[in-house]
Amino acid sequence: MKIRVERDGLADAVAWVARSLPSRPPVPVLGGVLLDAGSSDGEPGDALTVSGFDYEVSATVGVPATIADGGRTLVSGRLLADITKSLPNHPVEISVDGSRMTITCGSSRFSLPTMPVEDYPQLPAMPQLAGELPGEVFGAAVAQVAIAAGKDDTLPMLTGVRLEIGEGKLVLVATDRFRLAMREFPWEPNDSVADTAVLVPARTLAEAAKTLGTSGGRIELSLAANDGLLGLSGAGRRTTTRLLDADFPKYRQLLPSEHSAAAVIEVAPLVEAIKRVSLVAERGTQVRLEFVDAGLKLSAGGDDEGSAEEELPVEYTGEPVTIAFNPGYLLDGLGALHTDRAHLSFTTPSRPALLKPVDEDGNVAAGYVYLLMPVRLPG
Amino acid sequence: MGRSGELPRGLLDRFRAVEDGWPEDDGCPILHVDMDAFFASVELRKHPELRDVPVVVAGGSVRGVVLSANYPARVFGVRSAMPVARARRLCPQAVFLPPNSADYREVSTGVMRIFREITPLVEPLSLDEAFLDVGGALRRLRMTSGEIGQDIRARVLAEHGINCSVGVASVKFVAKLASGMAKPDGMLVVPRGETLAFLHPLPVSALWGVGKRTGEHLERLGLETIADVAAAPLARLRRVLGTAAADHLHALAHGRDARAVVAESAEKSIGAEETFEVDHYDRVLLRRELLRLSERTGATLRARGLRGRTVSIKVRFDDFTTITRSRTLAVATDLTHEIYRMACVLLDEQVPPGAVRLIGVRVEQLVAGDGAGEQLSFDTPDRGWREAEIAADEARSKFGTSAVRPAALLSKDKPLLSKDKPAPR
Repeated sequence: MKIRVERDGLADAVAWVARSLPSRPPVPVLGGVLLDAGSSDGEPGDALTVSGFDYEVSATVGVPATIADGGRTLVSGRLLADITKSLPNHPVEISVDGSRMTITCGSSRFSLPTMPVEDYPQLPAMPQLAGELPGEVFGAAVAQVAIAAGKDDTLPMLTGVRLEIGEGKLVLVATDRFRLAMREFPWEPNDSVADTAVLVPARTLAEAAKTLGTSGGRIELSLAANDGLLGLSGAGRRTTTRLLDADFPKYRQLLPSEHSAAAVIEVAPLVEAIKRVSLVAERGTQVRLEFVDAGLKLSAGGDDEGSAEEELPVEYTGEPVTIAFNPGYLLDGLGALHTDRAHLSFTTPSRPALLKPVDEDGNVAAGYVYLLMPVRLPG
Repeated sequence: MGRSGELPRGLLDRFRAVEDGWPEDDGCPILHVDMDAFFASVELRKHPELRDVPVVVAGGSVRGVVLSANYPARVFGVRSAMPVARARRLCPQAVFLPPNSADYREVSTGVMRIFREITPLVEPLSLDEAFLDVGGALRRLRMTSGEIGQDIRARVLAEHGINCSVGVASVKFVAKLASGMAKPDGMLVVPRGETLAFLHPLPVSALWGVGKRTGEHLERLGLETIADVAAAPLARLRRVLGTAAADHLHALAHGRDARAVVAESAEKSIGAEETFEVDHYDRVLLRRELLRLSERTGATLRARGLRGRTVSIKVRFDDFTTITRSRTLAVATDLTHEIYRMACVLLDEQVPPGAVRLIGVRVEQLVAGDGAGEQLSFDTPDRGWREAEIAADEARSKFGTSAVRPAALLSKDKPLLSKDKPAPR
C-alpha cells in the first residue's frame, strides 16, 4: 500500500473511527483501525476507507486520497489517532512494507507495527434503508432524549434510547427510572418499512447522531430489527450499532393525563438560580420549589449545613405547594427544552412532574416532554 | 497503631514528655490521640488479674484474626490483623478473649466526648484514635497544647481505665508519628522548629502513604530515610512515583502537611464483613453471605439515619490477596435489597473465582438521611421495600436479630428466634 492524503481529512476520519473503539479491547485487533486503499492488483481508486469495529459498533468513513498502490492494513487505532492529530499541516504519505506502516508528513516520520488483517472481523453490511431525515433534527432529538438514559449497565433496558417508527412519526424515548424524556416528530419512512420499535445503546446513538448531525445534510436511517442492527449514515460516514436485546419499560402509562397545578417559568433565570442555591446542597441533595400565587421560592440546604434561597416570578395556577427535585435532573430537563420558557405541571409532591417547552406565543409546544420524579422530603 | 520509631534513643527522649516537662509546644496545635491496645485494654478492665500476662482479643472462630494484643503479647511478636493460628504459635501461653464490640463503642463514645469538650475540631480516624486541633481552645482553657495532651491522658485513664498516647505537633502526620512513638502510655511533643530534626532520621516507611510498593521504589533509588527523600530532586521522585505521589511525599518529607483537622461527626462509610471458618468457592453461598452482610449494613444505615451512594465489596482469598470493587448508584440508598443487588453484580462481574476467606460489604459517600430526601422513581410503590425493611428493623429490635430475615437466610437447623433474646409476647 502506498497513498497520499490530506492531513485534516485523515485526522478527522481516524479520530471519528477511533472514538468508538473499546479502551481495553478483549483482543488487540479489535483496538485497531483498518485502512483500505482498494485491491492492490486492480485499478487504483481515489479514496481511502478508514474503519473500526468491535462487534458492537462499527464506523466507516471515506477520505479522498491519491493511491499509488492499493492494499489493506490494520494498526492501533488509539496510536494512529494520536499521531494524525499532531501531524503538521502537510500532505501525509502512508506506505506499508512487510509488517510496518510508515507515515511521512513534512519532516516527521513514524513507523508503526501492523496487525494481521486476516484476523480482523468482517464489518456488518449496512441494513435496509428505513428512511432519511435532516441531520440536525435527528441530532437535536437524540440529544434531548439521551440525557434521561440510565448509565447503570446492571439495568441494560434503561441504558438505551427507544426508537419507535409508525403512524407517520418517529418517537424517541429514554428513562433511567427517575426521569423520562420523549421526543416525537412527523416522519415518513420508506414504504417497505413496517411499524417497529427498537432499543439503541444511548451513548453510541448520541455520539453518532452528534457527529452526523453537525455535518449538515441528511441522515439515512437503516434498520434490521430482526438481526439487531441499526445503521446511520451521512456526509460520507457510516456507523452501525448492535441493538439492545431488552424490554423497555411500558412507559406510556407513566405519562400523567392531568395535573392540578402548573407554572410557566423563564428558563434562563431558573437555571441560574438552581445552580446558585444547589451550591449548598450536599452531594446533589434536593432543591425545594415552593410555589405560591405570587411566585416561586427556590431553596436548598438546611440547618446543619449551609442554606440558600432565591425568589423568582412565575405564572402559577394551583394550591400553594412545595415540591423537591434533584437539581441535576431538573437542569438536564430545562436544558433540553430549547425554549425560553418552560411549562411545569404536577399533581402532588410525590407524583411525577412534567416539563414541556413553551413557544414564542406562550403556548405549550408539542413534541417534547420531560417527566421527572420528585424527591420525597424527609419527615 | 502507629509504627514504632527507629529514632535514636537520645533523640526520642528529647521529645518525650516527662513529669511536668516537655519541649516547646507553642505553634503545635495538632494532637493525635491513640488508645493503647484498645480492645485488649478495655477487656483488661474486667480482668485486672491478666494485666501482666499476654492477652489477645480475636474473632471467635479458629479462622479469625487478632483484633488487639496487649503489650506483654506484643513482646512475642503478636500483632493486629494477624491470623489467630499464627498468634497462637507465637505465643501459646496468651489468654485469648472474644471481642465485645458494644463495650468498645461505649468507651469510644466516652473518649470522643472528652475530646469534644476540649475542642469541636475532633476528627476520629477509628474507634480508638482521633486528631484534635486545639489551636482555638488554648486561650479559653488557659492551657498549652502539651498540658491539654496530659490532661486528656489523665482523664481517659480516670474515667475509662485505659491508657492512651498523644503526639503533639504543628501538622497532622507528624502528630500521628509522634503518638506512635510515644507508646505505650506516653506523650511526645515535636516543636514546630524541630519538625525536620525529628522527621529526617526516620525510615521512609514512616511517611504517610508509603506502603510496601512505594517503599521498594524508594529503596531502589537509594532513599532510606526521610532526609533522603527530602534531599532527592523532585523530578527524580516524580519519574518513579508519579507526580501526585511524589509531590505528596516530598511535601511530607519537608514537614509540610496542609490537611486541616476536619470535624466529622458522621462516619465516612458503613459496612460489615465476615471471615469464614473454612474457605468458600461456592458463589451461591457467597451471595447468601452478601445478603446477610447487606442486611446488617442496611439496618445500621437506617438506624443512624444515613444513606450512601457507593456500594463496595471486599473479597480476601486464601492467599490473603484482597480486592475491593465498588460501584456508584444513581441515588443514595439505605435499603438492604439495593445494597445486595449491587454487591451481587460486583461479585459476578469483578471477582475472579477462587477460595474466599473473607467477604465484606460497605456503603460509602454517606449523606445524612434527614437532610437528603428520597429520590422517587417511576417504580417506587407508595409502600414498598423501605416500609418493609423499616418494619423488619422494628421487629428485630424487639425480638432479636433473627426475628425477621430474608427467606434465603433461614436455616433449617437453627430456630427461628434466637434464644438469648426475649421471646415474643
